[in-house]
Amino acid sequence: MEAIILQILNGLDKGSAYALIALGLTLIFGTLGVVNFAHGALFMIGAFCAVTLQRILSLSYEVVDDTRTDFLGNPLKVDVPYVNGWFGPEMGQTIIEWSVPLAILFAIPVMMFVGYAMERGLIKHFYKRPHADQILVTFGLAIVLQEVIKAFYGANPIPTPAPPAFTGSFDFGALIGFDPNQIIYPYWRLIYFTFAAFVITAVFAFLQFTTFGMVVRAGMADRETVGLLGIDIDKRFTMMFAIAAVVAGLAGVMYTPINSPNYHMGMDFLVLSFVVVVVGGMGSLPGAVLAGFVLGILESFASMAEVIDIIPGINQIIIYLVAIIILLTRPRGLMGRRGVMED
Amino acid sequence: MFGLSTKDTTLLLFVAALTLLAPFLLNPFPENSAMAQFNAGYPDLMQRFVIFGTFAIGFNILFGLTGYLSFGHAAFLGVGSYGAIWMMKLLTLNVIPAIIMGVIFAGLFALLVGYISLRRSGIYFSILTLAFAQMSYALAYSVLTPITGGETGLQLKATDTPLLSNLAPGEIGRANLFGVDMRSSYELVIGDWLFTFNAGYYIAAVCMLIGFYISIRIFRSPFGMMLRAVKSNQQRMNYTGLNSKPYTLAAFVISGMYAGLAGGLMVAMDTQVGPERMFWTASGEVVLMAILGGVGTLIGPVLGAGMIKYMENILSKINDAILHQWFAFMPDGIENLLVAIFHPFIGKGWHLTLGMLFMLIVIFLPGGLVEGGQRIGRIFRRRDRKADSVESDAAKQRKPAE
Repeated sequence: MEAIILQILNGLDKGSAYALIALGLTLIFGTLGVVNFAHGALFMIGAFCAVTLQRILSLSYEVVDDTRTDFLGNPLKVDVPYVNGWFGPEMGQTIIEWSVPLAILFAIPVMMFVGYAMERGLIKHFYKRPHADQILVTFGLAIVLQEVIKAFYGANPIPTPAPPAFTGSFDFGALIGFDPNQIIYPYWRLIYFTFAAFVITAVFAFLQFTTFGMVVRAGMADRETVGLLGIDIDKRFTMMFAIAAVVAGLAGVMYTPINSPNYHMGMDFLVLSFVVVVVGGMGSLPGAVLAGFVLGILESFASMAEVIDIIPGINQIIIYLVAIIILLTRPRGLMGRRGVMED
Repeated sequence: MFGLSTKDTTLLLFVAALTLLAPFLLNPFPENSAMAQFNAGYPDLMQRFVIFGTFAIGFNILFGLTGYLSFGHAAFLGVGSYGAIWMMKLLTLNVIPAIIMGVIFAGLFALLVGYISLRRSGIYFSILTLAFAQMSYALAYSVLTPITGGETGLQLKATDTPLLSNLAPGEIGRANLFGVDMRSSYELVIGDWLFTFNAGYYIAAVCMLIGFYISIRIFRSPFGMMLRAVKSNQQRMNYTGLNSKPYTLAAFVISGMYAGLAGGLMVAMDTQVGPERMFWTASGEVVLMAILGGVGTLIGPVLGAGMIKYMENILSKINDAILHQWFAFMPDGIENLLVAIFHPFIGKGWHLTLGMLFMLIVIFLPGGLVEGGQRIGRIFRRRDRKADSVESDAAKQRKPAE
């Protein structure tokens, strides 16, 4: 029992990332009908927003500290971050340590702008071109974005730690009444899952309970009619693209303490997220979220030692295997609508 | 000639001349001159040109004719490579059985993958092929280590004793063709120029030419017409009572066999394999090649493959010092500015150049380099017509073959 709960918990954080990226992909596909291969790059840009903010906050100036001396006997020069100077050393240190959560605020406008610019600048011109062209041009864009990031930040992963309050693990088993020390779970992963759940709820609530969301849903169902009613649906869809970019970006920001961001993390997640979208059903938002969590948890179950003993290598291929089975037996995916890209 | 129309024969002879004279054509600059870094006439790179050319020709038979975008073609290349290296390890160091084995293995694997994947079309087909390729990559990396060598891959080792090759104990075998070592080269020095004629390159080039010839025949055959019908309107084709599945499957297997041929050739050249050959970025690369050159045209993929491999090798060799040399005639400030501007695009950043070029091509030239060539050709022809209408008629007949 403990093992099962532990595996479910382990699957949740990866599942959350899959779900968030797949949600954005599906939003874009459902509204604009574009297959966006650059979505992984948006995830990566989000992660590098966190890195950038961490670097901005750590910008320092030199102060000569007379009380200490360096090894030559001269007064020691100390780098003091500007934030320390403004808010005092303790507050400044705290701000730097909390740079990852703070990066959420930083990432939202940045990702919104990136998404908006991408849609207006490039994707707009590809609505009438075939899906293959859309795949190819966004694939090219993904390469360009990841190379730009590489040129600025280098090829090595950049560690971005979580705030000290959330590093380390806690005893989840003891909380829910199991024997202590059976289920140990890192704080940050729980936060990641909570955050993902919050973002997903927010997106669904936005679509369900606002006028804007209602128009978007109407547009997804029948774009032409909505246009005939005198609503500028293109503008709303552009906004949805920006929102999808923000969702991917936030997923990236919060993922940085789990995995140090590097320039190809987007591509690594993209392939799997596409599989997730297809398993969930093209164009189905709940399907994308469900499939994200299901596949994340399945992957973590498949990497249990007991399972690997029976079927060696299953942990490497489980997601693809599930995708193949789903595509062949139920091509519209778990929750896809009948007739949407079913051929 | 060879059952081809005059136009196609010209094209084939043109490509044959290009590949066979490549050691001359790719080395236009004298050794030790400042431009020598743009020379591509060294064996390693020339081999890659023709091998990836073969790969791209095969991919084009599937994507260019049927419109099925496979994102997992590198898997067949990998399987072909593994088949070939085992042939070399166990049976003989002669490359011919190895290459044939590579083709057969890749063909069988393509038959399996294609049979399943072709039940879906469009983006689902892409994802299915991608899933299969990633699965083979993951398996080759982990569980199948006894067969694939895992992360380190497979190489010819001193402990390998192929049945038919008499190796002294402890001697590491070398790939050969009836005794001709793949790595042996003949170097010709004319004045300041150095031309290298490599045995391996010519074998790979002959394989590519045969592949190219077969691809022309397929393009011009009724079978090729069927494949085009699948691309333009599969539904209508079904209504006329034709089952498109056998045709697409045949195209898939043929293109997988080309990939296997490329894989076998790779092994014949460098006698090693690693699982990274099957990674999905490798599949993406062949897509880039086909698109860059021109999908659905005969010569496009070969051009695309050549261009990408050239960029990969030459662009990544250029560094800041060389840039400074080039712009040395400028005032210092401007020189540094120019170097700073070009810096991200060269050396390790050559992928950026590739990505940008690729995007520009997809946006403005969906037909790839071949379409670009045709457009330029048309501009010239228009000018001709203004000058002399008789001449323009002649030019029309010189129209570049696809």
